Amino acid sequence: MQVPAPVEYERATSVDHAIGLLERLGGSARLVAGGHSLLPMMKLRLASPEYLIDINDLHGELGYIRVEPAEVRIGAMTRHRELLESGELAEVFPIFRDAERVIADPVVRNRGTLGGSLCQADPSEDLSAVCTTLGASCVIRGGSGERVVTMEEFYRGPYETAVEDAEMLVEIRVPVRPSGSSAYEKVERRAGDWAIVSAGAAVWLDGGLIADARVGLAAVGPNTTGLTAVSDALRGREPSEELYEQAGALAADSCSPVTDMRGSAEYKRHLAKELTRRALRRSVARINERG
Amino acid sequence: MTTTDERPAGFEKNDHKPVGHGRMLRKEDPRFIRGKGRYVDDVQLPGMLHCAILRAPVAHARIVSIDTSAAEAHPKVKAVVTGATLTGLGLAWMPTLSGDVQAVLATDKVRFQGQEVAFVVAEDRYAARDALELIDVEYDVLDPVIDVRKALDPSAPVIRDDLDGKRNNHIFDWETGDEAATEAVFASADVVVSEDIVYPRVHPAPMETCGCVADYDRIDSRLTLWSTSQAPHAHRTLYAIVAGLPEHKIRVISPDIGGGFGGKVPIYPGYVCAIVGSIVTGKPVKWMEDRSENLTSTGFARDYIMRGEIAATRDGRILAVRTNVLADHGAFNGVAAPVKYPAGFFGVFTGSYDLQAAYCKMTAVYTNKAPGGVAYACSFRITEAVYLVERIVDCLAYELKMDPVELRIKNFIQPEQFPYRTKTGWLYDSGDYEPTMRKALEIAGYDDLRKEQAERRARGELMGIGVAFFTEAVGAGPRKDMDILGLGMADGCELRVHPTGKAVVRLSVQSQGQGHETTFAQIVAEEIGIPPADIDVVHGDTDQTPFGLGTYGSRSTPVSGAAAALVARKVRDKARIIASGMLEVSVADLEWVKGAFHVKGDPEKSVTIQDIAMRAHGAGDLPEGIEGGLEAQICYNPENLTYPHGAYICVVDIDPGTAQVKVRRFVAVDDCGTRINPMIIEGQVHRGLTDGVGMALMEMIAFDEDGNCLGGSLMDYLIPTALEVPDWETGFTVTPSPHHPIGAKGVGESATVGSPPAIVNAVVDALRPFGIRHADMPLTPSRVWDAMRGVPRPPV
Repeated sequence: MQVPAPVEYERATSVDHAIGLLERLGGSARLVAGGHSLLPMMKLRLASPEYLIDINDLHGELGYIRVEPAEVRIGAMTRHRELLESGELAEVFPIFRDAERVIADPVVRNRGTLGGSLCQADPSEDLSAVCTTLGASCVIRGGSGERVVTMEEFYRGPYETAVEDAEMLVEIRVPVRPSGSSAYEKVERRAGDWAIVSAGAAVWLDGGLIADARVGLAAVGPNTTGLTAVSDALRGREPSEELYEQAGALAADSCSPVTDMRGSAEYKRHLAKELTRRALRRSVARINERG
Repeated sequence: MTTTDERPAGFEKNDHKPVGHGRMLRKEDPRFIRGKGRYVDDVQLPGMLHCAILRAPVAHARIVSIDTSAAEAHPKVKAVVTGATLTGLGLAWMPTLSGDVQAVLATDKVRFQGQEVAFVVAEDRYAARDALELIDVEYDVLDPVIDVRKALDPSAPVIRDDLDGKRNNHIFDWETGDEAATEAVFASADVVVSEDIVYPRVHPAPMETCGCVADYDRIDSRLTLWSTSQAPHAHRTLYAIVAGLPEHKIRVISPDIGGGFGGKVPIYPGYVCAIVGSIVTGKPVKWMEDRSENLTSTGFARDYIMRGEIAATRDGRILAVRTNVLADHGAFNGVAAPVKYPAGFFGVFTGSYDLQAAYCKMTAVYTNKAPGGVAYACSFRITEAVYLVERIVDCLAYELKMDPVELRIKNFIQPEQFPYRTKTGWLYDSGDYEPTMRKALEIAGYDDLRKEQAERRARGELMGIGVAFFTEAVGAGPRKDMDILGLGMADGCELRVHPTGKAVVRLSVQSQGQGHETTFAQIVAEEIGIPPADIDVVHGDTDQTPFGLGTYGSRSTPVSGAAAALVARKVRDKARIIASGMLEVSVADLEWVKGAFHVKGDPEKSVTIQDIAMRAHGAGDLPEGIEGGLEAQICYNPENLTYPHGAYICVVDIDPGTAQVKVRRFVAVDDCGTRINPMIIEGQVHRGLTDGVGMALMEMIAFDEDGNCLGGSLMDYLIPTALEVPDWETGFTVTPSPHHPIGAKGVGESATVGSPPAIVNAVVDALRPFGIRHADMPLTPSRVWDAMRGVPRPPV
């Protein structure tokens, strides 16, 4: 059994309580939600916080999916399983269900949270790629109030976010636009593994042309990456296999994969292309299916 | 307790036996299903302390100094022990199972990342682990030998400078077969095909890691060791030899074991550390390694770099097979195999084919990697042998443009040739290969699959059909040929029938999940007519069971299964004499039917085995010269190994865009002779097939150039889940072993041996449109994609 170093533990009873504790304890404290990243790191002694602030009791306050006409708001303590099972969310953004189906396994999904996934800032993390694809924004709360940042601002590098020591991520906001759909494609060595590469796509049509499109990639750069070059190339064009091919090639050019146990950089670049193509194709097919 | 009559035609009906072989739920499962198994880590003793081991962070370094003072000052720490301490006790080095020595704790150098350097004994597991952080070791880092192909370069650093006069990294050269005769056949053959084939390093990765609880009693100098051991008796003897403790004062108990696969055959330094910890502190000491320690320091498997060559006539008659192997044994030669077999049973690389000649030359070397070569259900290296021959036969089929099934059938050893002496000296006991192959073809619908493949290929889809046919050699072994460190590979068995007709059978082999408590009760039941539910099976405790070498290499049923049948027959022979007295007839006038003796021609006049048991222990007279009681003990020395065989067919689909392999179907037809409990056999086969998917598609213990192990967690070292495997389609044929008392052969490892070549052959078959003849495991998407582009790479 791997055992963590000594750590003090307290359960937060409210967001304000959690932030108060963070303010008092500073950088020596870590929040723990699902714990599926932090606890293994502690057991391997890659992380040794002095204090753990357990925020699982905040699920009542921060566990929600609110689908509104112009915006979807998801609380940071929403569990993977809730994202997977929400029909309402899948209706607006099927990419969430696509991704959740290939995130880890049911045991992890029962416990792991949206906020925890994003704050871990693993370059291979699926929900980060989803939020990047959808152009989500992150609501960060501290002692002096809330601030809202884009996904690009949120990530500062591998395992690094804009959330400061005495702050916590409380909500994700995703803008809703008409005639859109989305999809997520992931290649993994084995079910439950991190992605070798994954690609999310979101497309909005207007009169048969692409009004806007976004592509987000995971595991091919320091953070999950949203590709503006791809969006620029797709806007105003009619969806076609050639266009997807072109978008895929742009995605492959724009990413910076490295060779590791999951695969060679070359293969990952190939996947970035192939999966971008597939995700775009599926997004458009979904819009057309809906009519 | 129900049994069914799934008895294949052609061997003895058990109409005259009331109970015994057949499909039956496992007796041990209620406790496992309810979470009531008792594993080593469940052992809690009063005052028990905990041991944690400090391991080398680098692959090769000289130890300059170790400062343990801060760790010793930790309030919960009871002892800190280094290699220097052990040197004082004469315990710093221990023999391996193959004539080498291995450091218990490093004294001079560390030789692989993860090697044991020091240990701490503390009041709890957390404190023990915390104290490791307080030990300060200064290392002088040396260049490591990681690339096995460079291990014998004159410029390579010498890893084992602890060995007198050692000036290189060479361990042994080994050969088998006839080099000149093989060369002659190759020189005149129509067709010669050669291929470089790597079987990468993998790990058994059992659910339960290794560990023990050592309890040394200073008053009567007695050591009790609860241990994750596949061979408790052999371990006891080795502890006696290594530690100088008298053998009768050592008791080794293997309680429930959560998987072994060969990885729990060796004695690891951690066991010795816990024993020393208990001796030093006078308290029981528990050591349980964590997952990373298990993956990085305990016995690996495979790691053979092979060149395979095959010679044949133009029309597909295979003439000879030749191979050259470079074997990576890591930092210490810890291979678990009978002493005279440094390459295990790799000599069966001639496969299931009638050859004119065969030859193998092997060189084994040291590298700065974990020691082992033990394990992973390999039947002593038969996994590598079968993979080599089944891959190279497929390469030949590719070159001859022959169907791989047709090529195999054309070259099978024929039934009338058994017992068959191979060109490398193995005596295959029995086999009838073609019906087994035909059955697999029938279940798979082989011809239709080939038609479907042609249609799919025309559409640009990648579908592959892979075939493998294996012959295994299991049940080590005849004591004239086989021993481990001088201990003969025979196994004992003791049977006692209680007065009320219930029984206890005591085995020298130890289950790690194989279902011994059921299978062995069935074997005895079949012979003596007591229902399996009334027979208790005791195993895994050296104080409770007769001596024997334990469970690995699929040897339980071939060796101990024979012992169980024979001891039951011995008891039955005595029961017959007692029955003759009870029925007042001569022994020759008795007939044994359904658990009772009756007078021939008068079935009404009978006594059951239960009646006899009561009489044997009762007050009445027994026949002249017969002692009371109804029990016997034997030690079984197998005449030969048993040679199960099987035909496996795998169907895969590969996504042309992502190169992901999906195993769509897998048909496994096994022939393990007499089938004692078909349900347990199927379970064993399912396990091995799943192993095969892991090895073929994802498993590998890799190292970077500095010798850092890249497979140190189950996030990095992948093992397959239910989502990667298809619904297994199993079948069987029955060719009994002629020398085994009940005709049974081992089956535990057959599927692990047979499935990797079937899967790889299927993947390579799917890639045929790309002109691919071979691609090495693990066939991860990235590596398959390389192959699709015509640049398949070896994994090391």
